Amino acid sequence: MPALATTPADATPVLALDRVTKTFPGVTALDEVKLGLYPGEVTALVGENGAGKSTVVKILTGIYQPDGGEIRIDGEATRFPTPRDATAAGITAIHQETVLFDELSVAENIFLGHAPRRTFGLIDWTVMETRAREILESIGAKLDPRTKLRELGIASKHLVAIARALSVDARVVIMDEPTAALSHTEIHELYELVEKLKAQGKAILFISHKFDEIFRIADHYTVFRDGQFVGEGHVSEIDEAALVTMMVGRDVSAVFPDREARIGEEVLRVTDYAHPTEFADINFDLHQGEILGFYGLVGAGRSEVMQALFGITKPSAGQIHIDGQPVTLNSPADAIAAGLVYVPEDRGKQGAITALPIFQNVTLPSLGRTSRGGFLRMAREFDLAREYTRRLDLRAASLDTELGTLSGGNQQKVVIAKWLATQPKIIILDEPTKGIDIGSKAAVHAFMAELAAQGLAVIMVSSEIPEVLGMSDRVIVMREGRMAAELSGAKMTPETLVRHAAGI
Amino acid sequence: MLKRLLTSREMLLFGAVAALCALIATRFPGFVAPGNLLRVFNDTSPLILLAIGQMIVILTRCIDLSVAANLALSGMCVAMLNVAYPDLPIPVIIAVAVGLGTLMGMFNGILVWKLAIPPIVVTLGTLTIYRGIIFLVSDGNWVNSHEMSAAFKAFPRAEVLGLPVLGWTAILAIVVFGLVMTRTTLGRAFYAVGGNPHAATYTGLNVGRSQFWAFTISGALAGLTGYLWVSRYAVAYVDIAGGFELDVVAACVIGGVSIAGGIGTVGGAVLGALFLGVIKNALPVVNISPFWQMAISGAAIIIAVALNARATREKGRIILKSAEKPA
Repeated sequence: MPALATTPADATPVLALDRVTKTFPGVTALDEVKLGLYPGEVTALVGENGAGKSTVVKILTGIYQPDGGEIRIDGEATRFPTPRDATAAGITAIHQETVLFDELSVAENIFLGHAPRRTFGLIDWTVMETRAREILESIGAKLDPRTKLRELGIASKHLVAIARALSVDARVVIMDEPTAALSHTEIHELYELVEKLKAQGKAILFISHKFDEIFRIADHYTVFRDGQFVGEGHVSEIDEAALVTMMVGRDVSAVFPDREARIGEEVLRVTDYAHPTEFADINFDLHQGEILGFYGLVGAGRSEVMQALFGITKPSAGQIHIDGQPVTLNSPADAIAAGLVYVPEDRGKQGAITALPIFQNVTLPSLGRTSRGGFLRMAREFDLAREYTRRLDLRAASLDTELGTLSGGNQQKVVIAKWLATQPKIIILDEPTKGIDIGSKAAVHAFMAELAAQGLAVIMVSSEIPEVLGMSDRVIVMREGRMAAELSGAKMTPETLVRHAAGI
Repeated sequence: MLKRLLTSREMLLFGAVAALCALIATRFPGFVAPGNLLRVFNDTSPLILLAIGQMIVILTRCIDLSVAANLALSGMCVAMLNVAYPDLPIPVIIAVAVGLGTLMGMFNGILVWKLAIPPIVVTLGTLTIYRGIIFLVSDGNWVNSHEMSAAFKAFPRAEVLGLPVLGWTAILAIVVFGLVMTRTTLGRAFYAVGGNPHAATYTGLNVGRSQFWAFTISGALAGLTGYLWVSRYAVAYVDIAGGFELDVVAACVIGGVSIAGGIGTVGGAVLGALFLGVIKNALPVVNISPFWQMAISGAAIIIAVALNARATREKGRIILKSAEKPA
């Protein structure tokens, strides 16, 4: 194990976990892990999905109680029986999914639960708004404290979440994937904010999947794997490859699968496609065996185009041709019948039906083929489910088990098997590797390459430049609901992508 | 398939019903005599019929509070029809009752599907509307036993192999809907739509249309029960089966149907109804006040929900790969 010797022992940590264990029925989520946070420094907590990072955040914020080990503040053992106790100890968290209230004002969101009071416990609105304005200004956010949250965009909401975290006198700030929903510029503003917090002497726990962020802003790193502590040290003393090896416990080459695209006949042609509010002037074609990347900032309209193609929303103009024939796709059922399927970004929410058994999840969009006259033919269902789960190398006790009993990664395999079982000609993958660990990413990439090799036409919506460049044969860049560029060959470089996406 | 039917939740409930019967037998041995058990089953049949329909509606994340009003209106209409045309054959009477019930169910379903009104609001509204219509068609008058034809009254009571037709109707519904829910694409759609509406939409299912069919089935069963109820008790009036919709929902909840949707079986709903039926029939014979009956069924609902909530919570999140079910 590398790096155990380089423990940053120069100061007492503000907050430390020592041999902390947390078990759930049948599962050990954390197994004697340790972690130290230091004033004025950023510690990056690194690990694959399921490494136990979120459990640590929940223990530090008083949502979960550890089953063993100690939490120490300034070296003193302590406990956080409730989230309120954690806040009182100066620990605050900015969560992955911001927990805010749309119907309340910015100021109310910032001070919910600890609003300044007057006599009789009434809320002191004047003080609250003044302080809200001060905090917002300190992080460079130009927001009116009286605005209702629902009127704000996602980036501004994030600033409110940060302001909320800073509204308590925090010594420790936990940032759980803070950049997941942010655009390029916003991420840079966040970096500046982190620098400010460091200068104020706050200890920061930074959780991220993105290595460039970790190397840019973190001082220390701590690595977990499968609920266990693997190592820690100074970021300056490690490189990306070594960190990845620690995370996954094996060498993972970050290269994309080598593939020779065999571009065949045109399968999809979209002409003058438009939507009243979301996109306009979309024109592109797609061929057998091709992977077409759609790049753009969050909110550029990529997913919206795909959802309209799949029949979820109604476009206002445009034609779609599949295999040269004009088609009208008014519902997902139409699209599936025409051989076009869409694997949504949020596969948990929009893909998995956890209360149904695995085989029923797989056959759901293919029931037309596994039934006759409305009656199900169970043997066919099992055959179909077996065939496609096997292709995805799914290991499960029985196809009859509830999907909810599988791990997240295996649930994703079932969701993808479900779409392949419809035998599509065109498959649209929306952010296929978002939020999944490095090992699984490589598997998804290899799998996409295999699909294309089998002659499927693939559309990949992705916000990760390396992925777009590494996988796509052609890239369409979208900006503000329109196509900003269509790039192929030598023109596909990180600079051109960013330039077109940002409109510079 | 048998294994699926006898999943632990249904077995647990079956055990609870059996234990309840055994407990009653210690005070009143005659209760568990086969003849009496058949009587209890027959008496619970209307609840079973409605609970099956309600189960399907709840499965799709909706609720149908109008079932008892639907039952009463369908029942009143066929009773008046019988008075006006005493020679109308029973199959026609049944067809009219089912048809009326189906229309009322479809009306609920259309409002939920096309206008996207929350089901609890829709069916609270139609509950009142349907009850109001009974008053309008009957002028608030009763249809009494002597006005009904003999054939009209005899049908549900006719015994086949020792069980009245009413009980056989419930058995038929259990078999038919047991098959629909497990063996047809429609049944599968109900589970998928309730389990995860977003995912169901993405797989090409129409969530609203599935909900419409659920309400239609619930309405059809309510209409059928309307005739059986009115003819069995040989009376029809405005307030017939008043408040019965709550017993129906209670039977579903006790039977392990998740109010959040997506989880529930015909077997569960039937056992939930039988549990309530046993309590209702047994407490008087062991000399417990009817007010205790209400408290006991209320407690049973809360216990059932608490147990179900516990069963779903204990799973926790599976984080470690090693904790997954072995390959």
